Amino acid sequence: MESTVFLVKALIILAVFGVTLLIATYSTYAERKVAAFIQDRIGPNRAGPLGLFQPLADAVKLFFKEEFVPANANKFLFILGPSLSMLTACMASAVIPFGGSILIDGQYINVQAIEVNIGILYIFGVVALGVYGIMIGGWASNNKFSLLGAIRAASQNISYELAMGMSIIALLLVTSTLSLGEMARQQGEPLFGISGMNWNIFYQPLGFLIFIICAFAETNRVPFDLPECETELIGGYHTEYSSMGMGLYLFAEYVNIFVASAVMATLYFGGYNFPFMYDMGLPHNIVTLLGTVALFGKIFFFIFFFMWVRWTLPRFRYDQLMNLGWKILIPLSIANVIVTAAIILFKQEYFQ
Amino acid sequence: MQSLSNRAKKLEKKPMNFSERMYLPAIFQGLTITMRHFFKKKATISYPEQTRPMSAVWRGLHVLKRDEKGRERCTACGLCAVACPAEAITMVAGERKRGEEGLYREEKYAVSYEINMLRCIFCGLCEEACPKAAIFLQNDKTAPARYERDEFIYGKDRLVEPMPATGNNQ
Repeated sequence: MESTVFLVKALIILAVFGVTLLIATYSTYAERKVAAFIQDRIGPNRAGPLGLFQPLADAVKLFFKEEFVPANANKFLFILGPSLSMLTACMASAVIPFGGSILIDGQYINVQAIEVNIGILYIFGVVALGVYGIMIGGWASNNKFSLLGAIRAASQNISYELAMGMSIIALLLVTSTLSLGEMARQQGEPLFGISGMNWNIFYQPLGFLIFIICAFAETNRVPFDLPECETELIGGYHTEYSSMGMGLYLFAEYVNIFVASAVMATLYFGGYNFPFMYDMGLPHNIVTLLGTVALFGKIFFFIFFFMWVRWTLPRFRYDQLMNLGWKILIPLSIANVIVTAAIILFKQEYFQ
Repeated sequence: MQSLSNRAKKLEKKPMNFSERMYLPAIFQGLTITMRHFFKKKATISYPEQTRPMSAVWRGLHVLKRDEKGRERCTACGLCAVACPAEAITMVAGERKRGEEGLYREEKYAVSYEINMLRCIFCGLCEEACPKAAIFLQNDKTAPARYERDEFIYGKDRLVEPMPATGNNQ
């Protein structure tokens, strides 16, 4: 009995890790295709059918490039930077519930790599560590433009993490739990008689808006890609990187996008829940499977949204970025917390 | 200040209203524009598989024509080389031997005839200069890209029109 649970759990952990890397790999391909389609081109189509082997070709190219380390760079930290970036990016997907539970031998096993009751705090901690990779890499390059990029990344992440934390606090007031699995389970409850529709987006629309803006800033994506702003900083923190060091930084960005999309889908868009999920009378494992498919549908939509925005909006100026973060998003998120708390208190006092 | 032409328009800078200051409607508008382009017909022509239709008067790769009996028309008079503004054409003339009447139309013919496709500007003056209607620029072929410079010097082996399948010299 115990061994089957262990085996299934090990398989789930492996699958989550593999799927994270696979999706990040094909995000690079999707990014180029989406960019091409939005610009009326057709994108990469030479490597394999429809260009599907393009990520492999890119990886081979990066591996065969010279691994260059600047003469006066701190060698250890220079190599540590991208490794740390990649490590923290991969760690975050461990606590995301990728489905309900599987029923094996009368036992329910949750489709989640690690079940911790502080899931959202864990993600926050790991994602905040990600900026160390950028900071260390930028500083170790011994190049003023790299350092400027790294400083921008650090200050931007700190500024936007505040607003992001505030929007999460408002969400925590609604859900009254820190566990991502529990949050996903709560969103499966019926709303207006439709099961699986109790999504948090209906309770926290403003919180979601703040969260998605901050997620763009946290993953250093356009319109917040100031750390790697080519027009001002050459390449930002990865100016001096070549070969797979560069590859790891770029790859970590896509893993971060995947994690951010998964977190947004889990926190606000019902996770693995989909409308009418318990009304159709399907067996438990089939519902779980459909739920996982639904979750990946939501994740792919958010990944597409990241790319869609990238090819639509221009980059912010640095003072505009700081104005938006400190003068608009933080007051707005604090107001959101207060209003949410007041409504919850009001409901407790007068309706129960 | 008085405008000289009276055509200058006075622009009023209005303060932005609330929805403009939120930027969200403008962002949404931008997203719909890019989404429309996403589904638009693509402008790309994937070249080696697909080619653009060429016009009937397009001046492409040269060909040295044969006459109706399959004999080479060129007499190596050199008028094309003189007419060529890029000096891309060189040739060596030779005398037709007895027994070669089926191969060459006149007593004199081009032993070698070379066009350097890197020099050629495809102006078509050789075609106009030719008194024997021997050289033409085709409208369905172009000089393809190659790896070596030598490969761009086209000799008679690549310029002369191939023998028609049902020729008289059987």
